[in-house]
Amino acid sequence: MMDGAGYVTADGRQIGGELLALHNITLRFGGVVAINDISFDIREGEIRAIIGPNGAGKSSMLNVISGFYTPSQGEVRYKGETRPPMKPYEVARMGVARTFQNIALFEGMTVLDNVMTGRLTHMNTGIAQQALWWGRARDEEMENRAKVERVIDFLEIQNIRKTPVGRLPYGLKKRVELARALAAEPSLLLLDEPMAGMNVEEKEDMSRFILDVNDEFGTTICLIEHDMGVVMDLSDRVVVMDYGKKIGDGTPDEVRGNQDVIDAYLGVSH
Amino acid sequence: MATTPQGAEHPRSVPALLARNAARFGAQAAYREKEFGIWQSWTWAEAQEEIEALALGLLDLGAQPGDFIAVIGRNRPYLYWSMVAAQMVGAVPVPLYQDAVAEEMAYVLDHCGARFVVAADQEQVDKVIEVADRLPSFERIIYVDSRGLRKYDHSRLSAFDAVQKAGREAGETQREELENRRARLDYDDICVMLYTSGTTGKPKGVVLSNRNIIETAKNSAEFDHLRADDEVLAYLPMAWVGDFIFSIGQAYWTGFCVNCPESADTLVTDLREIAPTYYFAPPRVFETNLTQIMIRMEDAGALKRRMFHYFMEHARRVGPRLLDGHSVGLWDRLKYRMGEVLVYGPLKNALGFSRIRVGYTAGEAIGPEIFDFYRALGINLKQLYGQTEASVFITQQPDGEVRSDTVGVPSPGVELKIAESGEVFYRSPGTFVEYYKNAESTRDTKDPEGWVATGDAGFVEEDSGHLRIIDRAKDVGHMASGALFAPKYVENKLKFYPAILEAVVFGAGRETCCAFINIDLTAVGNWAERNNIAYSSYQELAGHPLVLETIQSHVEETNESVAQDEMLSGCQVHRFLVLHKELDADDGELTRTRKVRRKIIAEKYADLVTALYDGSDEVYTETEVTYEDGRTGRIRATLAIRDAKTVPVSAPVREAAE
Repeated sequence: MMDGAGYVTADGRQIGGELLALHNITLRFGGVVAINDISFDIREGEIRAIIGPNGAGKSSMLNVISGFYTPSQGEVRYKGETRPPMKPYEVARMGVARTFQNIALFEGMTVLDNVMTGRLTHMNTGIAQQALWWGRARDEEMENRAKVERVIDFLEIQNIRKTPVGRLPYGLKKRVELARALAAEPSLLLLDEPMAGMNVEEKEDMSRFILDVNDEFGTTICLIEHDMGVVMDLSDRVVVMDYGKKIGDGTPDEVRGNQDVIDAYLGVSH
Repeated sequence: MATTPQGAEHPRSVPALLARNAARFGAQAAYREKEFGIWQSWTWAEAQEEIEALALGLLDLGAQPGDFIAVIGRNRPYLYWSMVAAQMVGAVPVPLYQDAVAEEMAYVLDHCGARFVVAADQEQVDKVIEVADRLPSFERIIYVDSRGLRKYDHSRLSAFDAVQKAGREAGETQREELENRRARLDYDDICVMLYTSGTTGKPKGVVLSNRNIIETAKNSAEFDHLRADDEVLAYLPMAWVGDFIFSIGQAYWTGFCVNCPESADTLVTDLREIAPTYYFAPPRVFETNLTQIMIRMEDAGALKRRMFHYFMEHARRVGPRLLDGHSVGLWDRLKYRMGEVLVYGPLKNALGFSRIRVGYTAGEAIGPEIFDFYRALGINLKQLYGQTEASVFITQQPDGEVRSDTVGVPSPGVELKIAESGEVFYRSPGTFVEYYKNAESTRDTKDPEGWVATGDAGFVEEDSGHLRIIDRAKDVGHMASGALFAPKYVENKLKFYPAILEAVVFGAGRETCCAFINIDLTAVGNWAERNNIAYSSYQELAGHPLVLETIQSHVEETNESVAQDEMLSGCQVHRFLVLHKELDADDGELTRTRKVRRKIIAEKYADLVTALYDGSDEVYTETEVTYEDGRTGRIRATLAIRDAKTVPVSAPVREAAE
């Protein structure tokens, strides 16, 4: 099913070649090995999930991809080139956007302003010019606002555009965070537990949005999620981690049948 | 205004009106829609271009005169254009309720045999695809919003843009064909077909001609002096006749601008931004608004609160009189001016009502308190009475003659007749052509002379000439004394009290009237909280002596008000009880639209009705209830029965029939 040039998913989408590849990544914090020699790739246009029990190293993995952690060993290849150790904002400029497990929005700012911050990496004018709101700074802001409005429309949050984020319920905050990440027009979107703490209806909405983002913008998505039903329905391929090691990798069906995965999740008698 | 500049007769179809507007108001806004945070607008000339492009695209798809084209979605310019484009090619637009489930849609689409469906988005497309196999004449869906539809099989799907694009590339022969079809349209051609929601039985397709729509639009627009610079917000369902009359009939007749909100959730903001000059809302909307204002005032600072109450009290006294053009003292005028600056103006601005010249409410009775509140603010809120079969307008209130208990005088061109039974009949230029494929129902509703039965009982007040609706004709009966019995009339009065959610009045064929009351848990619960009254359940709260005391005072006040109506004074409530459970659609006691099912309630609670009439002080009862998950249980209760003071009626009671 898979080769270097990509593959076709069960629902008929064409998946492209490699967008990001991790080769033998190891991440140590002192004596603790959070990630132990893991390799996998993310292909253009696919929805890739990372699953595993608590403490398996999933978030650490995401942090390696987003540049927040620099791996102790191994190589990250992005868009065909080896990525040197970078600051997170540099990675962001290269088209990687993310949401956080614990929402990280500016609570006192409106939804619109929060989403606008997602455009920061696309703004080139200086502070002085922006403060005067003149010339190119003005054009730039209008252009960015137009892009942001498309995202607001897409995620159906027009009615809360001017509401301070602090006043929103949890499920909506999660959606605003997704909006901010999307506003950056990323090539790779990282979602850290986008559905944690949501009720069934909110999960359904969020799943719909994730699929729509992938479908409409062709955005490659890598997500961490605990809800197995969601993961199996959404993703094209799944990486399974346990105690910092990769114990499975493949389509949802392949992973579901993998004995190591079953053991990790259900426990195994010794 | 009724004629074109040449003095010829006015246009006789909606597309002809469009052409006139494009020529006359070319550069003026015809449509606006908020999208991507900005109000996008189209002038009349641009709207005509868009509509023509779509019409040509429809020709390209093979649309024939007499075809039915269904339109489904929320209020958007594209969907209004679709309706006019359909008319242009000689087809009949059929707007459907966007919240209808696939099954209901299947019935309507099959009944009219729609060949094309213009659907707003994926949700609507999904519903049509789901039932498409059962629709022999269905051919193609034209969708507006492409989101989520990319992977769909496009053999029977076309994008709105693509259809327009094909239209714009159309050749000379097609343009000629369109010109011919447009020129052939006349007064007796079908303008639109609207399905009535059908509380009983299957929905019926009401066929309205160009004559119906244009004459009605013309008459009503002149009645209220609507102008080309008026603004409306189109937010009520497109399948409802009122929206068609306001957003197409009157808009095309007068040339005013139709504004479409960004989404259903942004309505409040959009309303404030547009500040319409001509506005319609059902009573529920005004009621909710008022409740919210009151709650927010409770939370406001002491100074603001006192200012609000002080000036509102003044406004209640003076505002309606000023609106009706009565004389008001200089000091009162000055004080009202000051109130306008300090309270009324900012409040109206917050509601988006700053610029309303003409506001209407209709559909059900509106509480006098609510009605007067808005009139006091200086908002020209009026009532009208109408139905789909009349192209809306039957009666409406002229400026300066507005009251909460009437529905106004016959609209221009409308004749009224009250039958022996008390049922209201009308005849007007707006009277519908027929029910589509249902000659029997047409005959039952409309007699050969063109009189249409409304199904409502009412009477015309002798001195003012205003119509008053008292009840559904089938619910109106007589009491043992022969006096008129109109339960809904009394129930509505009771329901105007916030504490009362539902009321059911009995009395047909009996000496006196008695009532079941349902308390409103939110309102009464809130009141209990503020007064430190503890309760653990609905039942307990409903049986609390203080609650009963309050309800009793409401019933007695209602009796006083009912007694003032000489025809209905026999309907005063002598005894009542507060039910131990909320009437519920799941138990079959209410319809899904929350209308009381009188007969079923009377049968189910026969023991309680008996107790009301046998003079007992309390009654023990057991009731089966259905929980939300479908399980059933029983609740037991002992209910107190109370006597309410009634006002003796001295005048002889007249019969309704006259």
